[in-house]
Amino acid sequence: MKTLSDVKKKSSAIVKGVKGSDTLRLLEMGFTPGSKVEVVRAAPLGFPIEVKVRGYLVSLRKSEAECIEIK
Amino acid sequence: MSREKTIALVGNPNTGKSTLFNGLTGLKQKIANYPGVTVERKVGYAKIGGEKYRIVDLPGSYSLNPKQIDERITYQVLAGTYEHEPAPDLIVVLVDASNLDRNLYLTSQVMDLGIPVIVVLSMIDVAQDRGINVDADRISKVLGVPVIPMVAKEEREVQKLRDYISGHKVDPPKPLQWSPSEPLQKAIETLINKWIKPNTNLPERVWTIEALRFIGDDQAINLINDIKKQHQLREIVEEARRLLEESGKNYAAEEVLSRYDYIEKCTSGSVTESSEKIETISDKIDAVVTHKIFGPIIFVMILLLMFQSIFSWAEPFMNLIDLLFIETGTWVSKTLPEGILNDLLVEGVIAGLGGVVIFLPQIMFLFFFISILEGTGYMARAAFVMDGFMTRIGLHGRSVVPLMSGFACAIPGIMATRTIENWRDRIITIMVLPFMACSARLPVYAIMIAAFIPNESFLGIFTLQGLTFFGLYFLGIVTAIIAARVMKQIIKSDIPSPFIMELPSYKMPKWSGVFYNVFDRGRVFVTEAGKIILGISIVLWFLASFPRMESQNNFVAEQSVENVNEYSPDQTEQQQASNKLRQSYAGQFGQFIEPVIKPLGFDWKIGIGLITSFAAREVMVGTLNTIYSVQHEGDEQMALREKLRSDVDSETGEPIYTVWTALSLMVFFALAMQCMSTIAIVKRETNSWKWPAVMFTYMTALAYICSMLVYQVGSAIS
Repeated sequence: MKTLSDVKKKSSAIVKGVKGSDTLRLLEMGFTPGSKVEVVRAAPLGFPIEVKVRGYLVSLRKSEAECIEIK
Repeated sequence: MSREKTIALVGNPNTGKSTLFNGLTGLKQKIANYPGVTVERKVGYAKIGGEKYRIVDLPGSYSLNPKQIDERITYQVLAGTYEHEPAPDLIVVLVDASNLDRNLYLTSQVMDLGIPVIVVLSMIDVAQDRGINVDADRISKVLGVPVIPMVAKEEREVQKLRDYISGHKVDPPKPLQWSPSEPLQKAIETLINKWIKPNTNLPERVWTIEALRFIGDDQAINLINDIKKQHQLREIVEEARRLLEESGKNYAAEEVLSRYDYIEKCTSGSVTESSEKIETISDKIDAVVTHKIFGPIIFVMILLLMFQSIFSWAEPFMNLIDLLFIETGTWVSKTLPEGILNDLLVEGVIAGLGGVVIFLPQIMFLFFFISILEGTGYMARAAFVMDGFMTRIGLHGRSVVPLMSGFACAIPGIMATRTIENWRDRIITIMVLPFMACSARLPVYAIMIAAFIPNESFLGIFTLQGLTFFGLYFLGIVTAIIAARVMKQIIKSDIPSPFIMELPSYKMPKWSGVFYNVFDRGRVFVTEAGKIILGISIVLWFLASFPRMESQNNFVAEQSVENVNEYSPDQTEQQQASNKLRQSYAGQFGQFIEPVIKPLGFDWKIGIGLITSFAAREVMVGTLNTIYSVQHEGDEQMALREKLRSDVDSETGEPIYTVWTALSLMVFFALAMQCMSTIAIVKRETNSWKWPAVMFTYMTALAYICSMLVYQVGSAIS
């Protein structure tokens, strides 16, 4: 299963689903199935990553990015 | 007289809520902690259309499914279940126009609460820069609530809101406009009928939203303390969730997805986005400050600037404050008749007040920078850049600035932890922050190193003295890292802590907001931590001054140290001070605890110093000066250094202080919690005595063990 943590910098993907203990919050922050996500950049050690979703920027750690499945 | 009406300000973080709050209330605001928690409560008053309103600025929240303590308070206040704050009569929701979807999510939840709602559409300028145009009238029509577009920076914009409130009667919006699906409605009914009605006395208007919290998330269930009840509730929730699962719905996602569907319907037709991709100034700045190489470099430069300000720029102000209080003290002591009252005023109250005010320059400088960094949006980027490093040592990206500030002084550092939203990360940062070698330790390190560490060179370019200095700083940092990792295992939070951090668009800081904040932090410190510090100062003064020596002539007989020869008047005065301290309760206590600190290599004189240095670590040097009757002329440090070296045990004739005593003492100062101001500010910032008590105990115990190891092992091998 591909997740947001596999998406390369400066490329985008479509959310398929969200899993894990932070599911509700990730959905509430706009990571709903069908929404477009773009990995804008990564922090110096590779993570966290900066993600654009629904027009705003959010920082996700690796464990959180792995909860977002993509198409 | 009827109760004044309450208006609650609600919104996502970074929507300009505080700016609107300041605009509405002016200087008429009160900031304190909510009882029992670390969340700040901001209440102010405003005259709107001749009527007085109470304005409550509720903590920024993304959702009414609370994830953090501050979000929980927002939910409870709005639901009317928070005992210290009545439900508001009107809710003003701030909505960021450049980020409409996520902001309307919270709005749609708030609209289900049965309380009148006004939407304020902020950051329209930011949205336009990104090519987004929002049709406020249309959104207002679709949502069925008034929508006021506003650039909160300008006074006449705030006036638009005031005019609306005074000129219109706002009704509660129609709830559940997002039309929950049939299975979800059934699930809601199940919870209302089987749990909420029989077990709670919640007002009817919040039944649905309360039911939704349980359906979507286990956390709300876990907050029920009674195990039996929790079990009962869990069964009802599972029954409700089955209703959803049977019709192929995901119980955690159903509410969110329906709300977002509704929001997308509202925004389509109300928002026009330019098709070409616009690279905003924000994007350009981000490309530099979060760059893999430049990012950390820029961050370090900014840290250096902040350091410079709290170390050097604050110093003249601190010297001035020092001078002012010394002069006042001298004036009072000369003006009032001699006696206990005089001493109490000068050495207890005025010195204590001085000990409070002296921190203000550092606090205000640090918060000047922090407010700008927060206000511009850079702080989130700094956390983003540093988070990878910091999670490896068990901390958070936002812990860096507070920890670094700790090298100047733990007080402003601990106050700066407020920028860490997550409670657990914040507590851990506070608990390890005093290990950072603050500047008050420097005088103690300096005198001990100068007296006992040989100034020999090491590997050519280093000296043993320099290495010792470095070692002490290093010891503090390593201990902080280890302690953080251990605490991460011990401190469990009842609330999981996702690191889903928004990176808001850059904007110019609002200067009035920056100065409000700087002024406010200073005020909070003086009024809340200050009273504890003043209280302890007076106690310490009492301990060091009583019982009072009646006879002024018998001190010679009790002298155990050298030079009973000729006294200059100055020396006599010094000897008197020395004797006074020796016979005081603090002196007696120092002698009383000698057996306890003996294994560390400390004698009773250091024991006295450990007690008096609770006022501030550097007081240790002054106390030793007094005990050894060092004259106030020439190079004091030099004189004290010699006296420490030549002090011998009266029975064995062996020197009391060895290099191991000095190392042991320095390790003790590096690790022990011996600063009342830190205790006071931890009490203020955590809003309980529990955390300062834990901090004092674990740090002092750790210091004791490490110092004993240094002294015992060291003495054994030499």
